[in-house]
Amino acid sequence: MTSEQEKSETLSALDRPNSYIGKTVPRPNLDRLMQGRGLYVSDIELPRMVHVVFLRSPHAHANIKGIDASMAKRMPGVVAVVSGKELSAVITPWVGVLSHLKGLKSAPQRAIAVDRACWQGEAVAAVVASSRAQAEDAAELVSVDYEELDAVTDMRSALDPATAVIHVSLGDNLAFERNHDSGAVDQAFAESDEVVEAEFVFGRHTGVTLEPRAVVADWNAAEARLTIYQGTQAPHMVQNIAALHLGLKESQVRVVCKDVGGSFGIKVHIYADEMATYALSKLLRRPVKFVADRVESFNTDIHARDHRCKGKIGVKRDGTITAFEIDDLTGIGPYSMYPRTSAIEANQVVNLVGGPYLTRNYRARARVVFQNKNVMCQYRAVGHPIACSVTEGLVDLAAMKIGMDPIEIRRRNLIADDAYPCGSPSGLRFEQLSHHAALAKLVKMMDYDALRAEQTALRAKNIHRGIGIASFIEVTNPSAAFYGVGGAKISSQDGVAVRLDAQGSVICQTSITEQGQGSESLTAQIVGSVLGVSMDRVRVILGDTDNTPYGGGTWASRGAGIGGEAALQAAKVLRKNILDVAAAVLQSTSGELDIVNNGVVNAVDGTPRIDLSELARIVYFRPDTLPPGIQPEFMATRHFVPREYPFAFTNGVQASWLEVDVDTGFVKLLKHWVVEDCGTIINPQLVDEQIRGGVVQGLGAALFEKCVYDERGQLTNANMADYLVPMSGEMPDIDVGHVVSPTLETELGAKGAGEAGTAGAAAAVTNATNDALRPFGTIITEIPLTPQVILTALGRI
Amino acid sequence: MTTAVAISLSVNGERVEANVLPRLNLADFLREHLKLTGTHVGCEHGVCGACTVRVNGDIVRSCLLLAVQAHNATVETIEGVSDSGEIADLQSAFRERNALQCGFCTPGMLMAAQDLLKQSSCPDREQIREHLSGNYCRCTGYQAVIDAIETTARARAERLS
Repeated sequence: MTSEQEKSETLSALDRPNSYIGKTVPRPNLDRLMQGRGLYVSDIELPRMVHVVFLRSPHAHANIKGIDASMAKRMPGVVAVVSGKELSAVITPWVGVLSHLKGLKSAPQRAIAVDRACWQGEAVAAVVASSRAQAEDAAELVSVDYEELDAVTDMRSALDPATAVIHVSLGDNLAFERNHDSGAVDQAFAESDEVVEAEFVFGRHTGVTLEPRAVVADWNAAEARLTIYQGTQAPHMVQNIAALHLGLKESQVRVVCKDVGGSFGIKVHIYADEMATYALSKLLRRPVKFVADRVESFNTDIHARDHRCKGKIGVKRDGTITAFEIDDLTGIGPYSMYPRTSAIEANQVVNLVGGPYLTRNYRARARVVFQNKNVMCQYRAVGHPIACSVTEGLVDLAAMKIGMDPIEIRRRNLIADDAYPCGSPSGLRFEQLSHHAALAKLVKMMDYDALRAEQTALRAKNIHRGIGIASFIEVTNPSAAFYGVGGAKISSQDGVAVRLDAQGSVICQTSITEQGQGSESLTAQIVGSVLGVSMDRVRVILGDTDNTPYGGGTWASRGAGIGGEAALQAAKVLRKNILDVAAAVLQSTSGELDIVNNGVVNAVDGTPRIDLSELARIVYFRPDTLPPGIQPEFMATRHFVPREYPFAFTNGVQASWLEVDVDTGFVKLLKHWVVEDCGTIINPQLVDEQIRGGVVQGLGAALFEKCVYDERGQLTNANMADYLVPMSGEMPDIDVGHVVSPTLETELGAKGAGEAGTAGAAAAVTNATNDALRPFGTIITEIPLTPQVILTALGRI
Repeated sequence: MTTAVAISLSVNGERVEANVLPRLNLADFLREHLKLTGTHVGCEHGVCGACTVRVNGDIVRSCLLLAVQAHNATVETIEGVSDSGEIADLQSAFRERNALQCGFCTPGMLMAAQDLLKQSSCPDREQIREHLSGNYCRCTGYQAVIDAIETTARARAERLS
């Protein structure tokens, strides 16, 4: 069932004193971060800890003929200089493929390059010293003899026979290809009144987490145990991979994840330099710290997007969309990333194009090619901005062609809200979406007609404003279908353990992780609500493989939907266990009792019977006074994974209102609206802030962010001054509305919300820009929409 | 190699004497020598604002200032202005508005916001956005931050009137 988010007039179970689900409550423990008392990996220091600095290849592609570290080794404070060959003694190489992505191939990648460097920035040696400054000093004295090789940089020519093959053993530079054909595409195009084609170009960009990637690896030779302190989204995945390649059992690896300074998918992968740091700790038998500097971040944090996608749409004069066809090309650097692979984004593009719409006719090809550039992989809203920009760009072009309003063409083609459950032409299954309700709400929120009138009035004054609309679908709550079925040991299930302590407070250990989204808060809100305990008595422990149940972590908008459900079910068991003991103590029955405000009460009239603190005292310290046969279990654990639907799809729609200065090419964002449907909302404020943050990351890609490579594979803007990200001055206020269609697969009903903002923002802005430029008869299908791109399109430069 | 230089300064009201290499920047001095890890390093380039601290009353990028330049100076960091209670209301507004997610930019953001609020009693949203344009946040999209600062400005103005 779908409902608009309105305040209910009647009291429900969620209006009890400790009902936090659906309420805005502040996240616990924010003071720690606001007072500068957090613990990010870059803050961690351990006894005997040394620092590693990586010497990185200045060439995009080069043979390493020799490394002379003799001078560097004599520098003050230097502990070791280690080459790729030397490190191979303690760590094995890896290949980033998954079996369900048929045909995906990649070459073995090493922690530190051996014999050949394949991108500018790949580590070729590690310099370890007492301080980072000393390691940097010494690194300058390491002499590497390179033999430069031809670099494959342009993805358009990567597959040409004349182009060098990066990994000869693979035969060519094609990493992955997927073809899809459903319905009757050719016939549909033939029967269309209009067919429109365009090529959409997406810049390569990256996440720019404000805290760079960082790791402290501590091999304790006496315990034969490696402790890894890392800002990661998936601690158990890191545990598994580190153990696998260092020849350890998982039980010999502990991953601890304290505060994380931004992630967005950047910190969900396994990076070669992180692997090298684990290995160096084992080799040197002491803690080793690696903190990427900003230049390293730009050269080695995964990049994303970088697609060129040809698109085609057929439309009838009444607005009926008849077919979509795409041909997508993307370049992923020299290796498919590990262990999630670099084919997922292109695969998602094929999955998602046309997803909101009725037409069953869809043909797609996606090709993923190797290049001598930095590695590319999953970043927030994987594939979504590409699919959404192509789909929504084509829909707007079709509307323009037949002279139909952009809202109207969507009304006529979006899947009806009562048509669910249903599937997409690419084989996705939708449980319940709400495109029409969302669009109607958006139109109302933005006062669409008034904006159109304003636009017309301003055009007469030579002020060019535009409205852009973008409907989208969003992948959340992934099941094992995402990675597990392909052979990756990345858990799709999560676990939560909940226990009542001796003073009646609650401790939850959860396998989801926190990078600021509010995982800790939503867990405490759910557990507090179910148990009838106030949130300040609930403490949540996350990010420690020794101290949480096994699980996937926080990525792909899975924390609330999967981890939240596990928390709900665990709390329900604990609640039952508490009431059973209380009933025995009070000579009542559990059905007659309830827990409200940290105490057991009569269910009927709320009369207090016994405080949880008193009950806990009896259970832990005077169990001798309990009736015979009672064995209290004040700890409960439950796990959850979606089994019915491979993904819990959500949907939404965004709108952008902006002004283009046709003399300077600058775009000024005036306002942005989002309506989305993530099912049950646990904390409205946190959801809205996920949306807003996501939108701004999408706006960055739309207007500013691009990793600019030259033809030799040199990244020319690898610093924060030259690589632009959204700043407060340029960002608009963003209004967020909701439609609520809970998933029936869980009792909680929550779906994810982390990708939605990023999914549609660039599409809305591009459509708005084209709408603004309509009087000039030009169409732009390239992002970022820099002044240069806009002025070029206008023929002014 | 260059030898260490003796410096003397006040950090969060405490007298600090140290011998530092001339190349050491103030951010690293605060973090590595004084263990004041609330001052964060995001770009080491003077762009992101995560390392913003107050020196002699003005906010500066501590990654662009050498520790030796802080000789005889009065330095205040996020730990100091938190413990003194100077920004308690601002922190409270950030908490209520969820004006931080990962929190890495937050100490710098709070230092910059307090600087604005000391200069201008009731800045409008445009002025707030302008003043914070040197403090990058990758999580929030800024709106919640602007809201929290606006709320604090109004509350402070009301208390004064």
